[in-house]
Amino acid sequence: MSLELLRDKTGEKRIVRGRIGVVAVIVAAAFFALAARISYLQVIEYDHFAARSQDNRVRLAPLAPTRGLIRDRDGRILAENRPAFRLTVIPEQVDDMPGLLSALGEVVELDPETVATFRDTLQRARSFQEVPLKARLSQAEVAALSVNRHRFPGVEVRPHLARHYPYGPIGSHVVGYVGRISEAELRERDPRRYRGTSVIGKSGVERWYEDRLRGEMGLARIETNALGRSLETLERQAPQPGEDLQLSLDIELQSVAADALGDHRGAIVAMDPRSGEILALTSRPGFDPNALADGLEPSSFEALRADPDQPLFNRALRGRYPPGSVVKPFLALAAAAAGVIDPDETMFCNGRYHLPDVERTWRDWKPEGHGRVDLIQAVAQSCDIYFYDLAYRMGIDAMHEWMTRFGFGRLTGIDLPGERQGVMPSRAWKRRNLDEPWYHGETVNTGIGQGFTLATPIQMAASTAMLANRGEPVRPRLLRRADGQENPIEPLRLDDESLWQVTIDSMVETVHGRQGTARAIGRELPYQIAGKTGTAQVIGIGQDEEYDEDALDERFHDHALFTAFAPVADPRISVAVVVENGGSGSQTAAPMARTVIDAWIRQLEDEGELVTGRP
Amino acid sequence: MSWSPEGLDQTARRATGSLLQRILHLDGVLLALILLLSGIGLVVLYSAFGGRIEPVQGHWLRLAIGLGAMAVLAQIPPSRLYRMAPWIFAGVTLLLIAVLVIGQMGGGARRWLDLGFFNLQPSEFMKLALPMMVAWLVARDTLPVSLGGSLRALAVIAVPVAMIGIQPDLGTAILVAAAGVAVLFLAGLGWRFLALGACLIAAAAPVLWMFGMQDYQKDRVLTFLDPERDPLGAGYNIIQSQIAIGSGGLYGKGWMDGTQAHLEFIPERHTDFVFAVMAEEFGFLGVLLVFGVYLAIIARGLWIAHEAQDNFSRLLAGGITLTFFVYCFVNIGMVSGLLPVVGLPLPLISYGGSSMVTLLAGFGILMAIHTHRRMWSS
Repeated sequence: MSLELLRDKTGEKRIVRGRIGVVAVIVAAAFFALAARISYLQVIEYDHFAARSQDNRVRLAPLAPTRGLIRDRDGRILAENRPAFRLTVIPEQVDDMPGLLSALGEVVELDPETVATFRDTLQRARSFQEVPLKARLSQAEVAALSVNRHRFPGVEVRPHLARHYPYGPIGSHVVGYVGRISEAELRERDPRRYRGTSVIGKSGVERWYEDRLRGEMGLARIETNALGRSLETLERQAPQPGEDLQLSLDIELQSVAADALGDHRGAIVAMDPRSGEILALTSRPGFDPNALADGLEPSSFEALRADPDQPLFNRALRGRYPPGSVVKPFLALAAAAAGVIDPDETMFCNGRYHLPDVERTWRDWKPEGHGRVDLIQAVAQSCDIYFYDLAYRMGIDAMHEWMTRFGFGRLTGIDLPGERQGVMPSRAWKRRNLDEPWYHGETVNTGIGQGFTLATPIQMAASTAMLANRGEPVRPRLLRRADGQENPIEPLRLDDESLWQVTIDSMVETVHGRQGTARAIGRELPYQIAGKTGTAQVIGIGQDEEYDEDALDERFHDHALFTAFAPVADPRISVAVVVENGGSGSQTAAPMARTVIDAWIRQLEDEGELVTGRP
Repeated sequence: MSWSPEGLDQTARRATGSLLQRILHLDGVLLALILLLSGIGLVVLYSAFGGRIEPVQGHWLRLAIGLGAMAVLAQIPPSRLYRMAPWIFAGVTLLLIAVLVIGQMGGGARRWLDLGFFNLQPSEFMKLALPMMVAWLVARDTLPVSLGGSLRALAVIAVPVAMIGIQPDLGTAILVAAAGVAVLFLAGLGWRFLALGACLIAAAAPVLWMFGMQDYQKDRVLTFLDPERDPLGAGYNIIQSQIAIGSGGLYGKGWMDGTQAHLEFIPERHTDFVFAVMAEEFGFLGVLLVFGVYLAIIARGLWIAHEAQDNFSRLLAGGITLTFFVYCFVNIGMVSGLLPVVGLPLPLISYGGSSMVTLLAGFGILMAIHTHRRMWSS
């Protein structure tokens, strides 16, 4: 230690000690600043940061509710939730994604479309989140995957609930189907209620009663780390399952109706005339809702769409057909009630009809005519001439007024989406829609349900039920418990109530009379059916032309129609059948109606609901 | 060091103090404070590691090595350090040159020498070697330090700082520079000189911004000015650490109950951002306690400098204490959003080896200065 180092002049010591004092002040000030800063964060802004820390840590995860079941009137399940298996991939556990996909392709079927969708989702997903690769694995695929499990780290087979329709195409237009929810659908509804759910009812009951079937979403408060990985469920608010719905539909009768239509395009609607409960509602061709419910590639949906037979189109509700002679009992009743005709009065039909001052000749469907006919025979034989004259005498506006009371040209208000309104023309209607004056000739055409008149099968079935009920309207419905909604159609009271009987008699005569157009179906029945055939022209036939079925393309063939109710004494079923391009109502549509009616009556007999005296 | 002659307890304590001071050359007060702070550090680290004991044991081992280094350095009388100062400085400078030539890359910087069994970070040694060198330089002349002496000292400071700066290791470079300048300041550097220096730095800042700074460094400054500029990127660390601190409130969320820490929202939570973990779990009261311990250590260091018996010891003790202070201030300031993010650990608490060993070695020097005093003084 050198002496120089040890010299300790008071001045030097004071300088350094002075500076140490300065340093002490700086240190104190610095720690004061730090303490001020920390107290600002921890004391003054505590609420703000506490909230942000809470937001950081807790994530609300939606829990999807179980969708309600749909059952038929006997409790048979029409729509249920079945465990299905979905193939998912956890990206962070996969080293070589293209390699994995090609290896997986050897075990399960992977089409390019599925893989493309998967890659798309992969881009947006976080590495620890399972990305769905394929839905609806078959049992064989599940088995193959579990055997090869060791080869595919990061690949999981996940069970989930998928909508399943045990009866497939048979109930497709009533039950409808669920599908992946679209952006547009989400915008219309409350998106918060659909978090955690990926499907929504797209058609039929699934869509109409979506709010009741869906149930209420549950919530889980999940603690997550900074990467969003779920660690622990803190709190769980269970989802409320959707409501189970029991329909009035009888799936066996529905099946009978579908079989009756067979390969024809068309629709059959059967309802209980007392309550309006739909017993069967079929539209052919149908489609398999299971294929649409989940995982169907857009291309198959497009194929259904592009099918010229339009399997997705619900003909029972949306198909608008000229009703043809089906309108005759209604017009007869209207004309009699309005005093235009007397039911007992007869007229002679020679197969031709002329209007004063009009060149054109209107022909009957039977070239030689029906001879002398009264109201009952005019309906039973479907005499066109009688109704040409009736229409001309009654006038279009009176016809419009009366037919509208029966529901023609109006919506029935069935609890299914997409019902379309028919047309019951009037002067005002034509002026409004076509901006043209009304011609007398058009009145004549309207008398046999042609011209502008259009009706849907559901409306014809409902109007027929109103005849069966002698003026009491019913609102068709699928849900057995009444929803308390008003029937848009008012009860019809006649001054002369006996006219109901005359009209019904005319329809009974159609089926059971010697000359009735539907007499072929009336044989060997232990009860009576009241019915009316209809054959509706698809294209206009010139006044002097003959209708030659063989010369026409099938698509221009007449539509065959039949409306009926039975048993006449105690109506339990009213039916409307429309067969597109089916030819004549009596040959094609009437036997289908009888099949459906008889199946239902037999069932009622078996259940002891009805006694008909059948051995 | 006041004591009353009556009372057995106090006599006993004085005797212990004497034993530590005279035989082992350890300063009891400083040792107690260091152990207290390290204990707090172990408790916080246990939580920051999510309740795992293994990494904490590793920390404990390094702490033991550091305490050993401290005990060894405490035995060296300041006069010997004075003689060795230029040689130590020269040796560490050579190591720094070696780093630049054959150093290991890591995290985009070249900081380590791979010695096979051990990664040596020579810039750590410079934190002690430079203040020692500057103290040696200015203590040879009469204080206050002259203009020439100041310029010579600044030149000596600039060499290692520049070498560390180009590794690049901004945090250590700042700390080493601070250690050197602190000694100069204590040596009575003129106020006018200081003001001129401040002006020069202010003038140099834009030039440095344009040419001298790496992009990530510029990013840190921008983020400091406005963390919400990139809340999920550059600003994420500072935002999350402030949320952690703020949500701790007055009393904290409780040990092992800090959600920000345990759910991994706090980045670098056992190293540079460990203060946020502590503040979250122990609240403002815990923070004040730790501040108290830090202040006590700094006060003790300054007292040792004040009591030192020669200029070299005074300047060195003051310089080491000030370096410790800069460590604390920069780290806590950064974690709480008062300063830009600079990669500096929280002294004696953060997990990490080399800086803790250096810090404890520095305290060993402080103890040596204090315990090798001649008894005729004071």
